[in-house]
Amino acid sequence: MNHGMALDILLPILIPLAAAALSLICWRSRALQRGISVMATTGLMVAAVVLLVRVYDNGIQVMYTGNWPAPFGIVLVADLLGAIMVVLTGITGLATAIYSLATISKAHEHYGYYPLMHLLLAGVNGAFLTGDIFNLYVWFEVMLVASFALLILGGERAQMEGAIKYVTLNLVSSAMFLSAVGLLYGLAGTLNMADLAEKLAPHQDNPMVQIVAMLFLVAFGIKAGAFPLFFWLPASYHTPRVAVSSLFAGLLTKVGVYALFRVFTLIFPLGDSLIRDLLLGMAGATMLVGVLGAAAQFEFRRILSFHIISQIGYMLMGLALFTPLAIIGGVFYIMHHIIVKSNLFLISGLVYRLQGSYDLKQLGGVYRQHPWVGILFLIPALSLAGLPPLSGFFGKFIVIKAGVEAEFWWLVAVALVVGLLTLYSMIKIWAEVFWKEMPEGSTASVQQRGGTGLMVGTVVALASLTVLIGVAAEPVYQLASATASQLLDPPGYINAVLGDRS
Amino acid sequence: MNTLLAIAVGVLYTTAIYMILRRSIVKLVIGLMLLSNAANLLIFTSAGLTRHGPPLIVEGSTEAAAVVADPLAQALILTAIVIGLGVLAFAVVLIHRAYEVVKADDMDQMKDTDT
Repeated sequence: MNHGMALDILLPILIPLAAAALSLICWRSRALQRGISVMATTGLMVAAVVLLVRVYDNGIQVMYTGNWPAPFGIVLVADLLGAIMVVLTGITGLATAIYSLATISKAHEHYGYYPLMHLLLAGVNGAFLTGDIFNLYVWFEVMLVASFALLILGGERAQMEGAIKYVTLNLVSSAMFLSAVGLLYGLAGTLNMADLAEKLAPHQDNPMVQIVAMLFLVAFGIKAGAFPLFFWLPASYHTPRVAVSSLFAGLLTKVGVYALFRVFTLIFPLGDSLIRDLLLGMAGATMLVGVLGAAAQFEFRRILSFHIISQIGYMLMGLALFTPLAIIGGVFYIMHHIIVKSNLFLISGLVYRLQGSYDLKQLGGVYRQHPWVGILFLIPALSLAGLPPLSGFFGKFIVIKAGVEAEFWWLVAVALVVGLLTLYSMIKIWAEVFWKEMPEGSTASVQQRGGTGLMVGTVVALASLTVLIGVAAEPVYQLASATASQLLDPPGYINAVLGDRS
Repeated sequence: MNTLLAIAVGVLYTTAIYMILRRSIVKLVIGLMLLSNAANLLIFTSAGLTRHGPPLIVEGSTEAAAVVADPLAQALILTAIVIGLGVLAFAVVLIHRAYEVVKADDMDQMKDTDT
């Protein structure tokens, strides 16, 4: 294998790690840290796109760290799903970095905001690109530690309370993940995911294998924020700076979803197993509970947090139906969701900048004062609710069509009702924040700080991506389709990693 | 030995979960600490306990001459311990700061973000 190819896979991890180290060296200079942050995330996005193109053209790319042959060393594997996730990380990372320039206060920058942000991106990308299950655990922890610190940066009371719940439930999930890895190693004697897939394939009915699979389901279910394991999410996501919220909302739960997709297509392929039935139930309940939770809320970011949960349900539905079309829908949904969700959080920050509150009851009349902010909100909001021709429509359409073909009528019904309730929720925000008069005696006030142009620029860029995915749905669908056929072909993955030995 | 360790792992998990379910945040952190130790011991046990020689391969050969003990499980545990230590250090600082802000060692007083 040639070395240029290996570097392609390594760069999306290496760039943020190097940026984190460089920002630490430039600890005293805020200007330098800001420069590094924008350059590194731009570089990350370019490297990610290059990787995706390479994987799309040449198939699965593998890098053997230290030149140890698989399955003895740790391998980095970029298949289409991994590469797509890395591109989405690049996009979210760049958007957050630019948005942060305008919104992160001097004090937060002095507390080490930028190094932590880069570390988080490195952890996320590492998780997407590793081909070793223990290494996946390590990247999860890198990502978690960075997210812990980002979450409490500033030290307000709400942040502390949210962080305790976030930290506890995520550590419990990590411990479960680690236990599962230990048991798996005891069973199969290997940690390489391709090797595991091969060794476990004849033993899928073994009760011990089923138990380990169940442990993975619960551990990743907590990370993904699936019902009934999501309680840490709405308790914490609205507490940090809005740029941090946006980064978390876009990426962190999706790492859990990615892990579920990876593990339950490759190592424990979902057949007609108990786990599949469980996942189907979880998907429906996650959608429904998330959207009902959102309906009861009157805080901008809490509403959005509950919608993350509800949207996770659609992705799980794609995985749980486990037909080719459903997986395509799940992958499409992830692509659409990450961009839309980050953008909605960024817009909530923009509204905060304009009126100084996140409370729907204190806000009002934004459309009258700033019509363009209203339009910018409507694009991702209606996309989230699934109105054509925006990206969310196609995501929902594919997943629901797969449900109809598989004849899971109750799940289809839930998905449709939840779509409607999402629309209700978005209209609620529209009516309260943008349409109604500013309430009498509102304490809201304009926050005076520069850089609103940068915020608007980021939001516009992400909104145009949403429109683009909707208008050019066909190429995106083709990409998702290629991804799904890779995911449903474990032997292809195994051969790419372990070499063709047949 | 296997049985003994299996029981120890079970006891560790049980106590950890019991501690996590309590209202005091100090006990919560103790629970988290026990939980990561339980996972480590589980890896140690499930990878197989063998009284064999070190995994050394004589020069010129590609296989070990006799049966050897598996060193990888211990490498995994070592990694997990290091990560656990880092996370635990963070958790301790977090509960200390939370105690300063909320002025209570009680999860029931930390409901601001739940409504």
